[in-house]
Amino acid sequence: MSWAIIQQSLPMFGKGFVLTLWLSFVGIIGSIIVGLICSLFQYFKVPILHQIASVYVEISRNTPLLIQLFFLYYAFPVIGIKFGAELCGIIGLIFLGGSYMAEGFTGGFNGVSKGQVESGKAIGLSRWQLAKYVVFPQGFSLSVPAMAANIIFLIKETSIFTVIAIPELTNTALDLIGMYYRSNEYLLVLVIGYAIILVPLSIVLTLLEKRVRYGAFGN
Amino acid sequence: MAHSGISVLLEGTNFMRLLGGLWVTVKIAAVALIAGIILGIALGVLRTFKNRPLRIVLRLYLEFFRVVPTVVLLFLFYYILPKQMNFNLPADQLATLVFALWVGAEMSDIVRGALISVPKHQIESGKAIGLSRFQLYWYVLIPQSINLEIPATINLATRVIKTTSILLLISVMDVINIGQQIIEANNHTYPTGVFWVYGLIFLFYFLIDYPLSWWAKRLEKKRLERENG
Amino acid sequence: MAEKVLQVEHLEKSYQKKHVLHDINFSVAQGEVVTLLGPSGSGKSTLIRCLNGLEIYQKGTITFEGQKIIPTEKNWQQIRQKIGMVFQSYDLFPNLTVMDNILLGPTKVQKKDKVTARSEALSLLKSVELDDYANAYPRELSGGQKQRVAIVRALALHPDFMLFDEVTASLDPEMVRGVLTIIENLANRDNMTMIVVTHEMNFAKQIADRVLFLQDGRILEQTPSEQFFTAPQTDRAKAFLDSMDF
Repeated sequence: MSWAIIQQSLPMFGKGFVLTLWLSFVGIIGSIIVGLICSLFQYFKVPILHQIASVYVEISRNTPLLIQLFFLYYAFPVIGIKFGAELCGIIGLIFLGGSYMAEGFTGGFNGVSKGQVESGKAIGLSRWQLAKYVVFPQGFSLSVPAMAANIIFLIKETSIFTVIAIPELTNTALDLIGMYYRSNEYLLVLVIGYAIILVPLSIVLTLLEKRVRYGAFGN
Repeated sequence: MAHSGISVLLEGTNFMRLLGGLWVTVKIAAVALIAGIILGIALGVLRTFKNRPLRIVLRLYLEFFRVVPTVVLLFLFYYILPKQMNFNLPADQLATLVFALWVGAEMSDIVRGALISVPKHQIESGKAIGLSRFQLYWYVLIPQSINLEIPATINLATRVIKTTSILLLISVMDVINIGQQIIEANNHTYPTGVFWVYGLIFLFYFLIDYPLSWWAKRLEKKRLERENG
Repeated sequence: MAEKVLQVEHLEKSYQKKHVLHDINFSVAQGEVVTLLGPSGSGKSTLIRCLNGLEIYQKGTITFEGQKIIPTEKNWQQIRQKIGMVFQSYDLFPNLTVMDNILLGPTKVQKKDKVTARSEALSLLKSVELDDYANAYPRELSGGQKQRVAIVRALALHPDFMLFDEVTASLDPEMVRGVLTIIENLANRDNMTMIVVTHEMNFAKQIADRVLFLQDGRILEQTPSEQFFTAPQTDRAKAFLDSMDF
């Protein structure tokens, strides 16, 4: 294990690290927005839109990101739509992540207890008022664990971007190994790279989960 | 134009080769799942023992497989196994091994979660009638936790199947790899073939995963209905 | 003879092929207190929940304050301002303070101005001795306190009719008295028209004007309270009272 080699590679890894973070960040925000919109369509059963949302969620959840990326990157150009690799990555991640987030939110809304909903109805709240004062506040709290898991999942999924040669963390490592064969060193940096992102994030999210759970229900 | 593209699927043995690749995908996923589930049950049970060092070691194992993306895991084994341990495996067996270990880690969490949610008084009643530790697990805890574990296990299975898509990175002749070969070979005759080949593969994955995830949802719904009377 | 506030005719309900309520007929007069008694599973909760639209019924008519109720969700929403309900599980909204819980109905549903609503809410809280807790969150309250707030929350809408569904069943014994006193005062002092489902036989005897005894989804007898507890008409009712050590 040569530290010199590791040091030499750090600038390249640094770039890959930043790209991973950036793509993850955009992907996560995009997924949350898409997911929220879909779950709202489903909650209010907006005609047509909620069925489209359901179909979207099923298709996206049951197919691998890799194939979605290949489709965007290789197949779409055939019908005239050409995206750059990084844009394909972001679109793919949001397409996949949106359905996971939608399921997280929907699960949260459905998890609000029947008693709460009935109490709201009993004081004359309309469907919209029920959503605003009872279901959504409690539903969002309930969906935090799923959201946290989804965030970590999406960050890890960016490693798949390597198949369309996006120079994120994994791709950087594989490239370097391909050039210099020092697999031990580069793989070590790679694993540490992901650990630096995911371990602290995981801890922060767990703390957030605990705080939200206590705050909402105080049991 | 698009019409000629779809013919690439009907040309020669293309479709059969794709099915062959699909079979490789399914085989690796299935073996990894079976091995991984058995491993996971064993580890999950062990993680509920009072032995602190054991729990910490197993917890680290789980966390390692959770923090590191599966692509990276695959390459870790791909490069390190032959080099450091002189252990040479053909690509698809290597993949099966890595996936099995990953399934084991995830499964141990599912099993542990289900075991610790069996109500305490069940355990106490078992103890009160003199059951040994082994008997407690075998007759009380495991049977009662199974219902809780099945939907999560099915979801894990769908995740494994989807993740097999990365196997082309280590040159396993799975369905995507074969798809790529077909596309490249037929690029001149069927330029739009890429759409149809990847489209078909997309459909394959969906047809395998959707019934499974639907089943898992249904089971989970039934369980919740039973609990809320 | 006091006017009929509520009239139920030929009410029937089935739930997944199970016939849960059979041909229910009764009425409630202004200021009357009716208790629904009966063994578990007799349909008491289901019946009371039909009266504010939380359960759908397949046949029958409910007439409230002279008007036949057309059971659409929109109509029920309006009616629920006049028919208040308190549940066994109190279910205060955990993300709102006690005061906000109470104000939700009057301000958002009845569009009252906040100042008036607030002072009314405070005086209601005072009457149940919880005015100090106005800014507390539900998690800081005991079960009995939460239930009292739930009652205030329902009363804040100034309903004409109150439904109480086993409201003391989840409470520790020490807290039951406090809640029952409030209901008693509502009945005697404020002359509130109400239907009470309860297992507390002593309490039922004390406040009820009339008892509806249910079994297997049917009303077996409707008897003035005094008479029911000393000499019920049916054998089933006698057996029930015996089983409750009454």
